Amino acid sequence: MLEVKIVENRWDHIKSMMTNFGISLLSIVVALIFGIFFILLTDQSPVTAYQALYHGAFGSFSNILNTLWRSTPLILTGLAFALPFRAGLINIGAEGQLLMGGFAAGVAGYVFTSLPGFIHLPLAILIGMLAGALWGGLPGLLKAKFGSNEVITTIMLNHIAIALTINYGINKLRTSSRMATPEIEPSAALLRFKEIPKHPIWGKLPFADIFTNPGIRLHMNFVLAIIAAIILWYILFKTTLGYEMRAVGFNSDGAEYGGIKPGKSMFITMFLGGAVAGLAGAGEALGTHLSFMSGMDAGYGFTGIAVALIGQTHPIGVIFGGLLFGALNQGGLEMQFAGVPSEIVNIIQALVIFFVASLQILKMYLRKRKEKEGVE
Amino acid sequence: MSREENYILEMNNITKLFPGVKANDNVNFSVKKGEIHALVGENGAGKTTLMKVLYGLYDKDNGEIFYNGEKVNLKGPQDAIDLGIGMVHQHFMLVDPLTVTENIVLGNEPRSGIILNQKKAKDKVKEISEKYGLYVDPEAEIRDISVGMQQRAEIIKTLYRGAELLIFDEPTAVLTPQEIDELFEIFKSLKEQGKTIVFITHKLQEVKAISDRITVLRNGKSVDTVDTEDVTEEDVAELMVGRQVLLEVEKTKANPGKKIFEVNNLKVSDNRDIPAVRGVSLTVRKGEILGIAGVEGNGQTELVEALTGIRKIESGKVKVRDKDITKFDAREIKRESVAHIPEDRQKRGLIMDFNLQENVILGYHDLEPFSRNGIMKYNNIADYTQKLIDEFDIRGGGMEAKAKNLSGGNQQKLIVAREFSQDPEFLIASQPTRGVDVGSIEFIHKQIIERRDNGAGVLLLSADLSEVLSLSDRIAVIFEGEIVDVLDASETDERELGKLMTGSTIDAGGEDSGK
Amino acid sequence: MDTIKEMLSLSLILASFRFATPLILAALGGIFSERSGVINIALEGMMLFGAFAAAYGSSINGNPWTGVLFAIIAGLMFGAIHALVCVVFKADQIVVGTGINIFATGLTIFLLQVLFNVKGTSPMVARLPFMRIFDVRFSVLTYVALILVPIVWYFFFKTSWGLRIRSIGEHPAAADTLGVKVNRWRFISVLMSGVLAGLAGAHLSIGDGSAFVREMSAGRGFIALAAMIFGKWHPVGAFGAAMLFGYAEAVAVRVDFPFIPSELISAIPYILTIVILAGFFGKSTPPAADGEPYTKGEN
Repeated sequence: MLEVKIVENRWDHIKSMMTNFGISLLSIVVALIFGIFFILLTDQSPVTAYQALYHGAFGSFSNILNTLWRSTPLILTGLAFALPFRAGLINIGAEGQLLMGGFAAGVAGYVFTSLPGFIHLPLAILIGMLAGALWGGLPGLLKAKFGSNEVITTIMLNHIAIALTINYGINKLRTSSRMATPEIEPSAALLRFKEIPKHPIWGKLPFADIFTNPGIRLHMNFVLAIIAAIILWYILFKTTLGYEMRAVGFNSDGAEYGGIKPGKSMFITMFLGGAVAGLAGAGEALGTHLSFMSGMDAGYGFTGIAVALIGQTHPIGVIFGGLLFGALNQGGLEMQFAGVPSEIVNIIQALVIFFVASLQILKMYLRKRKEKEGVE
Repeated sequence: MSREENYILEMNNITKLFPGVKANDNVNFSVKKGEIHALVGENGAGKTTLMKVLYGLYDKDNGEIFYNGEKVNLKGPQDAIDLGIGMVHQHFMLVDPLTVTENIVLGNEPRSGIILNQKKAKDKVKEISEKYGLYVDPEAEIRDISVGMQQRAEIIKTLYRGAELLIFDEPTAVLTPQEIDELFEIFKSLKEQGKTIVFITHKLQEVKAISDRITVLRNGKSVDTVDTEDVTEEDVAELMVGRQVLLEVEKTKANPGKKIFEVNNLKVSDNRDIPAVRGVSLTVRKGEILGIAGVEGNGQTELVEALTGIRKIESGKVKVRDKDITKFDAREIKRESVAHIPEDRQKRGLIMDFNLQENVILGYHDLEPFSRNGIMKYNNIADYTQKLIDEFDIRGGGMEAKAKNLSGGNQQKLIVAREFSQDPEFLIASQPTRGVDVGSIEFIHKQIIERRDNGAGVLLLSADLSEVLSLSDRIAVIFEGEIVDVLDASETDERELGKLMTGSTIDAGGEDSGK
Repeated sequence: MDTIKEMLSLSLILASFRFATPLILAALGGIFSERSGVINIALEGMMLFGAFAAAYGSSINGNPWTGVLFAIIAGLMFGAIHALVCVVFKADQIVVGTGINIFATGLTIFLLQVLFNVKGTSPMVARLPFMRIFDVRFSVLTYVALILVPIVWYFFFKTSWGLRIRSIGEHPAAADTLGVKVNRWRFISVLMSGVLAGLAGAHLSIGDGSAFVREMSAGRGFIALAAMIFGKWHPVGAFGAAMLFGYAEAVAVRVDFPFIPSELISAIPYILTIVILAGFFGKSTPPAADGEPYTKGEN
């Protein structure tokens, strides 16, 4: 059989990354173009709408910081989908894992009244992450042991989480008319950037004053999110654990032959995925709302899926995907003021998913064409 | 270009391209009406591709096809079927949960409107079955019937649609010698009824036994067409490979040492919880090759999965060097210096989307020098991979190439390279040369013998009787999950093994003992 | 004791039919899609959009049957998207399904604003005719659902079309070699699943109520999937499973448990789904080729 050497080397690797990037970029552009049609339905001008979108996201320093703020939970829920995806699992449960994490962290935030800050905050965060991890680990375990379809189990757990935390939890624990758990102690609060100028330590930094604007909502969970992405990247591509996860994701039979236990990988990725989603919830509770509030999830779980896909399910790509969708959400608010319902952003996000998924076929087509040329 | 009246089929200058491969390169292939024509070539020569082009499953890139003297343009299987071409594929195209009858009439169902006429369908099936002597149970579900009956169902499928030209793709791959004889009787019967038969094979004895003419393909090109009575097996082999081929493996006598692997009364169930291995006992010694001969589906798959820790053992014991490994999992067994070449290289042996580097360490990835303390050491892995590529001549694009882009032979060499380089004391090789080109087959056989000569024990499972006979020192025959007999390789032959493989221990007619 | 009597009461059992209706319809839709080999987790989104379309259609001329028509069209539209991207473009079926669900959520809320000028609940619209049996409202669509069960069964097991669909879900290559157009049948099957899911949505908004409320499908599309799996992809099995879930929802809504808070009762159907999927009631095997896009000659 006459064979053509498909020489794969570093250059091809970069080319393949660029193709992925190109697909994501193309999907966003096409989605925004389709968005024009929907904007027209509202009798508003697409130009004004998209201008508002852009300004809301990037128009000022505080807007940019707020875009980062909005990206934070999305990066984390994106990771929550991306990591299990690499191990062959579909985690639709980030929504529920986020809620459980937020609730646990929010409760831990007010229940301990006399802990110093450097213990209380990390403790609350860890409790939140653990709650999310367990909520993710459960469907992982069910899949590993019983082969239960994780798409359905995670979605069911989403609904159960809503019933547990919002319907039941908040109702039981609230102390005011606000649909939220009691406000957390200051010792459990995540550092918010707008407080930096007044902070005893950070306020001493030379550039601390740029954060004086009270409209800045960015808090430290953004940094934690970036760190989480880097850690997951490292685990996935530099450790034996990650090797095993990816092997299982591509071919669990082959992995099994190689001495890997698919069930173990499945559980661990779901556990870690749930933990990051729990961190997203903890961040919202401890940094944004200072309590666990009804509606704090704002669809982050499902949007995270789109974020992960745009980022080609790569932890670093997810950062960029999260930033993009954070920008869309942040800008969407200003679009709302311009008269366009912010749900347009959801529609655009869904379109992004369709186009990214469809364009994967383009990748294969390009590859086949390249190989065919090689033959002749 | 002759368009003689007695040619039912002429394929001229057929070219078919795939990504990276010219599967058919200006191939010429003609078949006379009413003959049995063998299409031969080694794995990857382009035989199946050519027939799939004929059957409309592939679009040709160039060339012309004439059927009964008229030029035809086949855009899909329906066109081929309408012409009277029927194909029995190597991997049966049968839908497991449906019945024999449903499979046969699918797509061409007797019906009123859209309502199925199930009685009419069954009657038609019975009619064809009786006319050609193809016994089937019309109501049985495919997943419950034997391989032989499945094949007969496939044949009835083609006749139901009025096939005049029947194409068989490697029809004997899953049959015992006796079942092959039965199939050839069917061929003769079909020929008597005026049908034309093309059958694809790489087994030379079959070609001599039944065909009228032979066409040889090599590397995607047609080499020659000859009358069967004018050539010998060696002639055909030489045409297939392009050089003189040793049909026998060279090996010295074995020098077996201590017991290294022992299996005691092993019982294992299959995926449907039905016993597949029913009390198997075996021993393998250092420096010997024990071959297990058997038709696929008699428990070999489950046996190997149990021995390698992938499948649960219901009862019995397995020992390596007197250490009880019955309860060990796959990783622990590997660590006992037991290597495994799996029968399904794409499903088990490799991660197709991983590159060569990541495949070369599969199963050993948590050991030094490939990783330390859970951190992968990709520099070491790269060096190691290059070494193996050079030593084992693995071709396909370098160590960053993905496994799925390698040819079957190179994929298999990759697996062999990986397992052998760990210097195992015991090796389980399951269908090690299935779907592999002759050059790689020779290489892999040599490697296995070398391992044996270096003191390793080898358990060889193969459906290819000649491979089992030429490589093994001793041969165990497996039938319906039990070992029927264990023989010295030098004291038996294909006939005897064939009989044992179907469960008989004495001849049916009380004739000679087959020696 | 009273609780148990309540749980076995006739009105509760009748109410189960009412709650099971959307599940039956959507599960039958899921069977069409999956039996042909295409995973469809977008039943939820198709149901939601169908619910909205039904309310909108009914509001146009005050005739609820217009609503039913609109629901069918809505189902076809979303079914077409799913079919196009999954069958023609061969994209990952679960990812696409998720996209459709997100799309439906955003689109319905968006259209609420644009078409009705409201935020969360549409204005009241004309609802479908219904019958009162023992204090339980039986809408027309409930009868439709019940009749469809044997019809779908007959279709799959007694007609040639049903035979072809079943074969392409198990072994598309085998069907292809016999001239059965695999991708065309898959496309049609997915469209069918959209229609049925759309009808399920119509029941929610104008069969059981008289308005569209945002996110009113509340996970029922996924419960329908669970019913399909539990019913082993068989119309009668799915019907039985849907009835079980319908019963669970009826209990959650109508029965007062003294020792369990009502907020948690509402979670019962979801918990039940997980329990079933954990295999407490036996293993379920999907059609063999479920989820794998088919390319000619790739075997």
